[in-house]
Amino acid sequence: MDATTGDTEAAVEVRGLRKRYGDVTAVDGIDLRVGRGEVFGLLGPNGAGKSTTVEILQGHRTRDAGDVRVLGSDPGSAGRELRARIGIVWQDESAPAELTVDETVRHFARYYPSPRDPGEVIGLVGLGEKSGARVKSLSGGQRRRLDVALGIVGGPEVLLLDEPTTGFDPAARRQFWELVAALADEGTTIVLTTHYLEEAEALADRLAVITAGRVAAEGSPAELRRLHSSLATVEWTGHDGRAHSERTGTPTRTVAELSASFDGEIPGLRISRPTLEDIYLGLTGQESAR
Amino acid sequence: MTTTRTETRTASRPAAALPGAWRLGLARGALELRQFFRERDQVIFTFSFPVLFLFLFASIFSDDVQGADITASQLYVPAMIAAGIMSTSFQSLGISIAMERDQNVLRRLRGTPMPPAAYFLGKLWLVLVTGLLETVLLLTVGVAVYDIELPGGAADWLTFGWIFVLGLTGCALLGIAISSVPKSAQSATSVVILPFLVLQFISGVYIAIDTIPDWMLNIGALFPLKWMCQGLRGVFLPESARILEQTGSWEYGRIALVLAAWCVGGLLLCLLTFRWKSRRDG
Repeated sequence: MDATTGDTEAAVEVRGLRKRYGDVTAVDGIDLRVGRGEVFGLLGPNGAGKSTTVEILQGHRTRDAGDVRVLGSDPGSAGRELRARIGIVWQDESAPAELTVDETVRHFARYYPSPRDPGEVIGLVGLGEKSGARVKSLSGGQRRRLDVALGIVGGPEVLLLDEPTTGFDPAARRQFWELVAALADEGTTIVLTTHYLEEAEALADRLAVITAGRVAAEGSPAELRRLHSSLATVEWTGHDGRAHSERTGTPTRTVAELSASFDGEIPGLRISRPTLEDIYLGLTGQESAR
Repeated sequence: MTTTRTETRTASRPAAALPGAWRLGLARGALELRQFFRERDQVIFTFSFPVLFLFLFASIFSDDVQGADITASQLYVPAMIAAGIMSTSFQSLGISIAMERDQNVLRRLRGTPMPPAAYFLGKLWLVLVTGLLETVLLLTVGVAVYDIELPGGAADWLTFGWIFVLGLTGCALLGIAISSVPKSAQSATSVVILPFLVLQFISGVYIAIDTIPDWMLNIGALFPLKWMCQGLRGVFLPESARILEQTGSWEYGRIALVLAAWCVGGLLLCLLTFRWKSRRDG
C-alpha cells in the first residue's frame, strides 16, 4: 500500500501560504508541490521568505493563511507521528553540550521508532574520527555536520534543510553535496533553502526562485534556463562609436538589419543568451547589483 | 542496493511504535546527570554555595537560643537544607532551562518526536539526584560540626521523605515555570535569583523565624520554602525547639497541604506558560 500511495501523494504540498511579521509580509502567497523522493531547492536572496516557509513546514512557525501538508499532515498541528518521519536541520545551530558526538547521536536516535545506526550516521557525515570528541571541541563546520547527523538519525522520509552549507569552506560544501545526493538516492525527499545558485543547481531536481515572499519562477534548472532565455541580447558598437545593446526574441533578424546598415561586418558584435545566474539575478531584481 | 534499503525502512515503519515517555524520561535523566557532572564549575557552585552559607551563618550566630535548648547554629542546618533543595531545583532549573531555550536546545528537541513529558521527567531525575546529594552534604556538615542529632525513628525519616519529595517537586515545577519569564539567557540569573533571595529572608532561612515580623512571615508562608524549613526543623531539631514556631507546633498537616498544593499549582502553571521557543522566534 505504501508503494502505491507513496508515488501519487506529494511529500510536501503548500497552497496560498501567507505570513506577516507585524508590518512586514514575509510570505505573500506561495504554492509548492514536492514529490516523493525529489530534491527541491528554495532559492532566493536573504529575507525573501525562504526560511519562514521552511520553518512553517517544520511546524516551528505559525502561518496566517494557506494550506500546508507534509506527508499528508498539517505540520502546524501534527504530533509525534509526523515528527518521527521528518528530519530538520536548522539554520542557526544550538549550543554545544558537554557530551560527545557519539553520545549525542546515540541519544537522539532513541527518540525515533526506527532510527538508523548512529555509528553509520556519524560516518556518513564525516565525523567518524571525532565520534569520541566533546561537542564543544568541534569546529563550526563539524558542528554543522553534527546538526545534519541529528537531522537524519531518525531515518526521515522528508528532510528539511535551512541554509545547510552557510559557513562551509568549498571542500566541506562539496562533501555535503555528496551526502545530500546519497540521501536522495536512498529515496529521502529533501527540501533545502539556499542563497547559493551553484548549490541549488548541483543538488536540486527542481527549484523555486523566491523573491519578496512569492515564487518568481519554478522548474528544473534546465527548464528555468529554457523558459527565461528566449530573449537574447545583441550588442554592437554603433556608427556613433558608442556601445549599443538590444534584447530581442529574433536576434537573427536584428543581426541581418545591422549587417545591412553597416554594409558588412558589424563592429563589436556579441550575441548572448542569459546564464542561469543572469536569470536568477533578473528574477530577484538584483540585476543592477552586478 | 539502495532501493532495497528504502523498502525495508519504509516497510518496518508502521510496526515500530514510538518510544514511551517514561523510558525516554529515564534516558534524558541519565543524559542530564552526565552533562551536569561534566560541567565542573556548575557542580562546585551548586554544592558549595549552601555549605558556605551554612558555615557563615552558623559561625556568626552561634549562641544558645533561650528556652529552646538548641544553639542558633543548629537552626541553620535544616534551614540551609531547605534552601539547598530549593536551589538545586528552583534556581538551577529556572536558569538552565532559560538558557536552553535561548540557545535553541529546546527548539531542537521540539523538532524530534520526543514527548515533552520526557524532557520534564529528565529534569526531575536531575534535581532528585542533585537535591539528595546536596542534602546529604549539608546534613553531614550539620552532624559533624554543629551537633545535629540524626533522627532515630522511621517515622521521622518518613516525614523527611515526603517533605523532600513534595518540596523538591513543587520548587522544580516553579523553576520550570519561571524559566519562561526572562527574555534572554543573560537576564535569567537575576530574574530567578532575586525572588529566591527574598524568599530566603522571609521564610526563616537566613534570619531566625522568631525574629522576622509576622507580616513578612505571612507572605513567605504563601510559598513552599517557609514550610520546607519548618518541616525540616521538626525532623532534625529536638521537640523543645517547637516554641520558636509561629504557632508553637510543627504543623505537618498544613505543610503537606501547602507543598502538595504547590505541586499541583506549579504543574498547571508550567502547562499554561511553558514556551519551547525563545522570544525572538515569536
